[in-house]
Amino acid sequence: MYKLSGVVKIYKKDRGTVTALRGVDLVISGGEWLAIQGPTGHGKSTLLQIIGGLDRPTSGTVELDGMNLTRMREAKVTEVRARFIGFIFQTFNLIPTLNAAENVEVALVPLGVGAAERKARTEQALATVGLSERLHHLPSELSGGQQQRVAIARALVKNPTVLLADEPTGNLDEGTRDEIIGLLDNLWRSRGLTMLHVTHDSTVAARAQRIGLMKDGLLTVTPAPGRTVRQAASHPPASA
Amino acid sequence: MFFTYLRRELRRRMRQAIFISLGLALGIGLVITVTAASNGVKNSQANVLHALYGVGTDLTVTQPPPQDSGGQKTTFGFRQQIKAAKQGQIAAGTKININDLVNGRYAPLASGVLATVARQHDVTSAIGGLTLSDVTVTGTVPAVTTGGGGSFKSAFTTNSFSAAGVDTVRTSLGPLSAAKLTSGTGLTAADANSDHAVVDSGYATQNKLSAGSTIDVGGTNFTITGIVSAPQGGNPPDVYIPLAKAQSLGKNGTSGLTGQVNTIYVSAASAADIAAVQQEIAVALPSATVTDQNDLASEVTGSLSSASSLANNLGKWLAVAVLIAAFGLASLLTMAAVTRRVREFGTLKALGWRSRRIIGQVMGESIAIGIIGGAVGVGLGYGGAALIDKLAPKLTATVGSSNAASVAGTGQGAGGALRALTNTAHTVSVTLTAPVTVTVIFTAVVLGVAGGLIAGSLGGWRAARLRPAAALAKVE
Repeated sequence: MYKLSGVVKIYKKDRGTVTALRGVDLVISGGEWLAIQGPTGHGKSTLLQIIGGLDRPTSGTVELDGMNLTRMREAKVTEVRARFIGFIFQTFNLIPTLNAAENVEVALVPLGVGAAERKARTEQALATVGLSERLHHLPSELSGGQQQRVAIARALVKNPTVLLADEPTGNLDEGTRDEIIGLLDNLWRSRGLTMLHVTHDSTVAARAQRIGLMKDGLLTVTPAPGRTVRQAASHPPASA
Repeated sequence: MFFTYLRRELRRRMRQAIFISLGLALGIGLVITVTAASNGVKNSQANVLHALYGVGTDLTVTQPPPQDSGGQKTTFGFRQQIKAAKQGQIAAGTKININDLVNGRYAPLASGVLATVARQHDVTSAIGGLTLSDVTVTGTVPAVTTGGGGSFKSAFTTNSFSAAGVDTVRTSLGPLSAAKLTSGTGLTAADANSDHAVVDSGYATQNKLSAGSTIDVGGTNFTITGIVSAPQGGNPPDVYIPLAKAQSLGKNGTSGLTGQVNTIYVSAASAADIAAVQQEIAVALPSATVTDQNDLASEVTGSLSSASSLANNLGKWLAVAVLIAAFGLASLLTMAAVTRRVREFGTLKALGWRSRRIIGQVMGESIAIGIIGGAVGVGLGYGGAALIDKLAPKLTATVGSSNAASVAGTGQGAGGALRALTNTAHTVSVTLTAPVTVTVIFTAVVLGVAGGLIAGSLGGWRAARLRPAAALAKVE
């Protein structure tokens, strides 16, 4: 479970400052899917980065399952990211010199997993996203949708409890977008992931249980009624 | 994973990796070539000094001529006779035939100096010797005219050769120590007071002398018992005679040289003791000049000296400059590569890679490039050294030429020419080689790794400073 209390983020810019978050309070239950929407430059990605431990708030606290990320040493936060949090980016962020399997394997390196187990888990993760035949392809040899599938496999190969996705379908055409969001939906269902998903796309946002609207650094969360009704019956219990 | 990632990354940046490696290789290759050439020059210098100085001799003790003699004035019978002829005391048409064994280069050392030197703590052995010139002047006294110095001089023929009075008991030290007997027999203890001589092979060939021939030294006929050859064409004395005979025949101005020496050859207990011995003798004999091979090296002129100077100054600094440039270039390109990979490193940090793992990856790549550069540099260095060996430039080393030249230039008439002859320049020709040693190769590898470490440290430092959010924000 995530608990954000009074999170403020102020950036220094040139000689002035920019307040990206103006005191965000948020609770995300384990196994919940929250979509964040809002205009560009209103703090969506900043919020995602603070939740993911990629950045620290200027003030306020961020807790993940009782762990206060804002007070942890950098090395410990890095370890939390390695074990519990999976990231998916709009631009996929695959390492161009490594093939699909190696890109997925990269996520297991900081966990100290042995080579044989890394290989097995990598192949399984890529099979889950339907890329068993593309293990040895470089990112440049894959389509945008396939690259994002590799990125999803990379995020999930370590069996995280949280999946953070920043515009995961932003670079994809409509058909591929639906494929990817369908895949995420299935994974969320089957794995009981806590999922936070930044998107401009209302169609995609509607798949979440709740929708947050970021505007001028303030977050307003509303339920997505249709999804909540469907989800109540089918979603597995959230992991702690 | 480390090596896979490293290999793939180097392959992706192959052009840049090759560029950096070649830069490092050029610097390292230059260092190897210059070091090898420098070693070659040092070896050549050692050979030259060996040839000029004598095997087994660590130090020589001499004393400069007195100041009032100008250091070079040699007065003997000929000078007096010329003066007499010019003053009309010797009639024109009188035949002159003078053969003198003269001392001119060094002042005779006082009796007891040899014993003083031999007494010093770290001296193993010390022997005395005489370095002399045999000068023969023949001609007929011309009619004296005012300002006719030129015609007066041309009326006489001058011949000379260098002669050394040597200790026949201990020939392992001194001028004969570097010589190898090629025919006949050498001088022995039994020859101490004999009219026996050995002749340098070069002089013997030039003058068609062989064992059994006779040679006039200072007006005395000596029987040549053997022919010797000095190593490396070290321009040794032309004739070696027993020291006692040299002392009885030699002249120092108007005086004789009985019981005197002008050079003492000293052997130290070990190479490490040479400096101590030099100091001891300098204290015991403040007016003496104590010379070791290093001192002699500073007097060496000619192309060997120029090559040494070139290798030690220009070559060394050129290599250092190229190496610094290569290190700088490698560092800049590595940092530029890190800047281009900000998104990649930001992603890895987001995936939980610690900074030290990323630094390790960057440094691993840089060190690999450095090792490749070092290996190629060793090849280039070998190539450079092989080229020097192939070209095998001939170098000459001259000791005392400037001194001799200045004497010849300032001398007046026949007397000046004679003075010049008593200050013979020793010239040796050697072939320059460039030996590449294991130490040099080890240094090259260390330099390559160091280049990689420096570049990798800077790149890694830059990568470590990246905040994952900022790194990812750059592409968003």
